Amino acid sequence: MEGIDVNAPGTTQLLMGNEAIARGALEGGVGFSSQYPGTPSSEILSVLAAVSKNMRIHTEWSVNEMVACEAAAGASFAGIPALSAMKQNGVNVCSDFLVNVIMTGIGTGGLVLVTGDDPSAISSSNEEDSRWICKWMDMPLLEPSTAQDAKDMVKWAFEISRLVDNPCFVRETTRLAHTRGKVVLGELPTERRTARFPDVWDMCKPAKSQFTSGPFGILHHRAHERLKRVVPLFEASAFNTYEGPEKPELLVITSGVCHLYCQEAVAMLGVGSRVGIFRLGTTWPLPEQAVRKQLERTTKVLFVEEIDAFTEGSVMEFAASLGGALAPRTFLGKRSGHIPSWGALSTDLVAQTLGAILNVPYKVAGRDAAYSQGLGEAAKMVPPRAINLCPGCPHRGSYWIFKNALAIDGRHGLVAGDIGCYSLGFIGAGFFQERTMHCMGGGVGVANGLGNLKEFGFDQPVLAIAGDSTFFHACIPALVNGVYNKANFIFAILDNSATAMTGFQPHPGVGRAATGDPAPRVDMEALCRALDARVEVCDPFDLEGSTRTLLDMIADESGGARVLIMRRVCELVRGRRDKARPYTMRVNPSVCVGDACGCNRLCIRVFGCPGLIWDQSAGRAKIDEAICTGCGLCADICPQKAIEREAA
Amino acid sequence: MKELSREPLNLIIGGVGGQGNVLMAQLVGQALVQRGYTASVGDTYGVSQRGGPVASHVRVSHDRSYGPLIPAGQADVILTLEPAEALRLLSELGNPSTVVVTNSRPVYPPDVSSGRATYPATKDLFGALKRYSSRCMVVDASAAALAMGDPIFTNIVMLGVLVGADVAPLERKDMADVLADRFKGTVLERNLAALDRGIALAREAR
Repeated sequence: MEGIDVNAPGTTQLLMGNEAIARGALEGGVGFSSQYPGTPSSEILSVLAAVSKNMRIHTEWSVNEMVACEAAAGASFAGIPALSAMKQNGVNVCSDFLVNVIMTGIGTGGLVLVTGDDPSAISSSNEEDSRWICKWMDMPLLEPSTAQDAKDMVKWAFEISRLVDNPCFVRETTRLAHTRGKVVLGELPTERRTARFPDVWDMCKPAKSQFTSGPFGILHHRAHERLKRVVPLFEASAFNTYEGPEKPELLVITSGVCHLYCQEAVAMLGVGSRVGIFRLGTTWPLPEQAVRKQLERTTKVLFVEEIDAFTEGSVMEFAASLGGALAPRTFLGKRSGHIPSWGALSTDLVAQTLGAILNVPYKVAGRDAAYSQGLGEAAKMVPPRAINLCPGCPHRGSYWIFKNALAIDGRHGLVAGDIGCYSLGFIGAGFFQERTMHCMGGGVGVANGLGNLKEFGFDQPVLAIAGDSTFFHACIPALVNGVYNKANFIFAILDNSATAMTGFQPHPGVGRAATGDPAPRVDMEALCRALDARVEVCDPFDLEGSTRTLLDMIADESGGARVLIMRRVCELVRGRRDKARPYTMRVNPSVCVGDACGCNRLCIRVFGCPGLIWDQSAGRAKIDEAICTGCGLCADICPQKAIEREAA
Repeated sequence: MKELSREPLNLIIGGVGGQGNVLMAQLVGQALVQRGYTASVGDTYGVSQRGGPVASHVRVSHDRSYGPLIPAGQADVILTLEPAEALRLLSELGNPSTVVVTNSRPVYPPDVSSGRATYPATKDLFGALKRYSSRCMVVDASAAALAMGDPIFTNIVMLGVLVGADVAPLERKDMADVLADRFKGTVLERNLAALDRGIALAREAR
């Protein structure tokens, strides 16, 4: 199998949406790529990093999306095509830079921003629709429907960016990002650019030698004007397609993977002679004349898009601007309630909506009522599989320590949470300890407020948490703030030496770069000590010692913010590294007294490691050999000391 | 290119997070594209790293692109590494002509161990799978993999079962080629042995 960097135009590969985006970047001549990991877009930089030496490009995991975006813009200012990818949350993080860069322009390199939105928040804390930033900031927006589109659009986006002298946005969604599809490769460029910051002051082209956002009045106006340059391209774009009868009863306007849902739903219902599908690939700025041509086909229009009513709003606004020149249309979509205004869409959902509008009952082909009902009853015997932390996860130890220390303290202390695997602390996996959870760095930020309420009688201990990668991403300013403003909280950094949830990407604390090369290691402990905060380093598997340290830190309210580093490598990383298990675990059947204990199956029901199971016939707990990683932690939580560890 | 029995042919490859079904689906997708089909492979999983239900939707066509997910009730084949997951997927995606191929070894969720939920009795589970499918093939791929020395081969044994069950337009050579793209030396040899073991298991079960 050839790699993503093969120069074999016309050949076919099965590529994940994210891989196709990386390939499109290579075909578009990308020279610089920077990203912070975030599902669903993480693989884009991983794939580029793997070929960076062969392609002689720079790739990096940046500390956060703002730095990633700024770095990419720097490369573009010096004439190097650059790409920065992110998930929807990342768009917010870099928006302060973006709102300024649209004033200055991006130079001659070209700057492509890819956002992976997550309808239904499958791997996110929200399902924000990041497309709005394009209207807000005069940025062109492309929306691929397939892996092939994704490759082709990203390549094109570099040209568009240089044309409008602004970033060009490409928006994918989870279903595209993580679906593999057939992609026909194009050519890789052979021309190699030289990087140079333009040093000639040219009054006629100030933006080309100076990238400063002022005077804003002129520059804001110019940003609006520059966006118009792309309109002729969008009006003529082959990414905007129509299929269906000349005069359909219903016109569907769609974008992204929803295009495929619409096509299949129309086929399933057999309504191809009644419905036309207009797929918009160039979503913003709206190609108004192309849209008008479609609107003139019929008087009833349905919008099918994820997540917000973005194109729905654009088209309705445009239709209103035509006044009497266009007869009134009936617009159906999220506004009318025909399409849900939250959550991911699907072929079934679109088929139901079309069926209701066209009065063609939708039923699942091949299934009759008796079958569906019988199978539905039978399926009730399938047990749920709750989300859990992995067997051997250090976070399970950390949460056990937090739970016990806060209980011993007895003042109803709380954990202010953050984004990472440890976000599962709000459910049973983390013993319901996590009481706030918002954005990267949000926990320690919130703790700054809770930690300064003494005047109002507040005495609950506040324990903010974040992972090691999250610490570098967004926690340092809030920690500095806590030291400076003497906020009373403990900031626990759950340092598992990995950006675990998104796929173990390295970060500044691990001593390895995106390419796999050795990199300087930023010492978080030294960094925190330099703030003159009290810093303690504990092992999440030392339940007794770490609980004692935490209680001592809770009692110490003299110095404002203090730092507790809970350090133990992610079990999945350790398992790959060491192969062998540290311990062989067993439940001693003569010591475990089962349900007669009174602990009510504490190890399984509360502690909840998936490696512990219940032996129905023996009425005792036992170790599931296939799942247990031999971490040894559970030996310390059994009230009977029935769980035994033996060095493997 | 062999004529497909259905257009598109919809194949589900499911299991529990960590069992290796995502890799299986990727290998199947690659083999299909190498044979000239248009295939898409959509992975569905939540935030869980391990232990949650995971399913890949493989859609095979002569020349068309379909959406990443198979619509309700439209799966032609459901292949799973865990038997209760087969029933979960069948209830969503199956119809009376769906073929079910599953590994027999259960993976118990923590809720079962803690007593909050129960795992179905073997008789009830396989009875339902047989009753609501056109054909249900049950094999102990886990035992076969363990006999080879490592449960990690379970997914490749099941890949062999898929080939041997003759429910997808794939032959041994197609799968052997994609395995050879990915693995070398003794690792390749062991994976090919797992593939052959799976093909043999399917032949025995037919």
